[in-house]
Amino acid sequence: MSITYLEAIREAQAYALRHDPRVFIYGQDVGAFGGAFKATKKLAEEFPGRVIDAPISEDAMVGAAVGAAIEGMRPIIEMQFADFSTVGFNQVVNQAATLFWRTETPCPIVIRLPSGGTSGGGPFHSQSLEAIYSHYPGLIVMTPATVEDAYSMLIEAVAIDDPVLFFEHKYLYYHLKAEALPTEALPVGEARIARQGRDATIVTYGAMLHESLAAATELASEGTELEIVDLRTVRPIDTDTVLASVARTGRLLAVGEAWPWGGVTAEVVSRVAEEGFNLLDAPPQRLNARDTPIPYHPNLWAEHRPSTNRIAAAARNLLQL
Amino acid sequence: MATATAQASAEPSKNPGNLAHGSEHLRQLYTKAYHFMLTARLLDEKFAGLYRAGKIHGGVFLGRGQEALSAALGVHLRKGDVFAPLIRDQAGRLAFGETVLDAARTYLGSPLGPMRARDGNVHRGRPSEGLLPMISHLGAMISVTAGCLMAKRMRGQSNFVGATCIGDGGTSTGSFHEALNMASVERLPLVLVVANNQYAYSTPTSRQFACADLVDRAAGYGVAGHSVDGTDLEACLDTMERAVSAARAGNGPQLVVASLLRLSGHGEHDVADYVDEDLKRSKLGRDCLKVAESFLLLQQWATPQSLEEARKEAMRVINDAIATVQREGAPDPYLEDWCALKSKHLIDGFPKP
Repeated sequence: MSITYLEAIREAQAYALRHDPRVFIYGQDVGAFGGAFKATKKLAEEFPGRVIDAPISEDAMVGAAVGAAIEGMRPIIEMQFADFSTVGFNQVVNQAATLFWRTETPCPIVIRLPSGGTSGGGPFHSQSLEAIYSHYPGLIVMTPATVEDAYSMLIEAVAIDDPVLFFEHKYLYYHLKAEALPTEALPVGEARIARQGRDATIVTYGAMLHESLAAATELASEGTELEIVDLRTVRPIDTDTVLASVARTGRLLAVGEAWPWGGVTAEVVSRVAEEGFNLLDAPPQRLNARDTPIPYHPNLWAEHRPSTNRIAAAARNLLQL
Repeated sequence: MATATAQASAEPSKNPGNLAHGSEHLRQLYTKAYHFMLTARLLDEKFAGLYRAGKIHGGVFLGRGQEALSAALGVHLRKGDVFAPLIRDQAGRLAFGETVLDAARTYLGSPLGPMRARDGNVHRGRPSEGLLPMISHLGAMISVTAGCLMAKRMRGQSNFVGATCIGDGGTSTGSFHEALNMASVERLPLVLVVANNQYAYSTPTSRQFACADLVDRAAGYGVAGHSVDGTDLEACLDTMERAVSAARAGNGPQLVVASLLRLSGHGEHDVADYVDEDLKRSKLGRDCLKVAESFLLLQQWATPQSLEEARKEAMRVINDAIATVQREGAPDPYLEDWCALKSKHLIDGFPKP
């Protein structure tokens, strides 16, 4: 019996619906159809009236979620693709993110965003938008990289009294399997050391965790031990865990699938430079996707995102600095 | 779905319904609404004066000319309803139960106000009491209101409505379209009031939309449409009574389009010299407050003396509130927690300054 990352997301929603009558799901095709990726498969049947099809109106979906939250509900919004959330961007960053600070009325909404690249996805079904949401105060941004985190963090997200952007990675939907659902989890906001090592630290999240782990295996055969930090949430960033790792290794490579200008990797490097400059034995490095829209063809796409090879090369370079 | 479109009438409404011309019910509702119109007008004028005296930070936005429409909506709402007013809805806010003190505290930036000086002027509300605080992005409150209604329905509540207001310019936004369509799909008890005040800031309606009348859009959304002369309180009361009760009875969203003229600038910083003189002289340019006062006198529901008394009493309430707020002092940045999350333990650990 094994469970995929996608099934874990479905199970987490079933858990939330079962245990909290305030929870409902609203999104395009989430009802009888079970969602574009089947993340809500059979939930409409199991929880009548609580898994509701929405028109193709991302702005209205998020606005409605804020209204429902004001009335004491805990809506889960499914964006069909993270890319389309830009149509509802205003409601997220100006309505949901400001409500508590302005009025002391909590805004417990979860927005699920199927995110990141898959082969053949192309420019508008592949984006990684965690950084642009993280820029705004008032939001929590989760980027689960494992089946266990996909399950436990989504359950936590529903319980949190603030708006949570839940970036679930489409590449991991079917690729990643676990033996069973977890019974315990790290607290939200804490990063995890996914692999211990002494020579350099890679800080990453989402699908890039697995490319980074593969790169670490490659470098281990060359006698180099990389430590891998999985951020888990990128807002907040667990700077303490990052700094502690850099204190052990003296070298930092931040890896992200998003575009290079600004973003999570820049934030990680900036914080380490600001708070842990004296810990560094070499200039901190970043590796991101290339600075173009995301290409369609698998050959181009594979070289657009940081691959295991590119991460390994960047790590080797870092060790020479 | 039936589209009940009442034609805008230049004459006082002759529609019988519950609000039969000259009836006791109309007298009570009319005098109540007039009271809110008057207080709103005087409060707005007070804010304008404080703005000119440099006592208000940021903008001041008046509802002058829109009080009849706004008050007529507000007096038809009840506790348990949801109301998301826009910038020219002081009268409706008061009718829904917002206090003069809440308004004054927000405009003057008192830390004791509902927004605690974190937000100002028209950006105020008490969500837990059904009064939603607008954000500046037009159309954005419609879906929030709809979401409140979805939640109330899911929780098994009944006999509630949600009302929200927008201008002619706001109807051009994607948010307006998405939310009205969604509310119609869900058949929510939503009353969406469009004050077509002829200008969106400086842009005339000819540069805003190309349909003959905004109310024609109701059919496209599958909602009921109502047209009303926004300068005539009697017509506004009658239309709102029909629209609000239709929504409350489960007949789905109601689109009310009122014709009137904004009798001020967009804000007090705006001299509004772009407003067409012919429009000002037209029936749209009538001052709804003066129209209401003439009607009160004509019906012998008021005397010149009672109107003067009402004005003095409203001014007393306003002056008391302003004096109270001016004694409350300013917010202290050192007492702010500078935390936008309710989950304080999840605040980001930026380097400490």
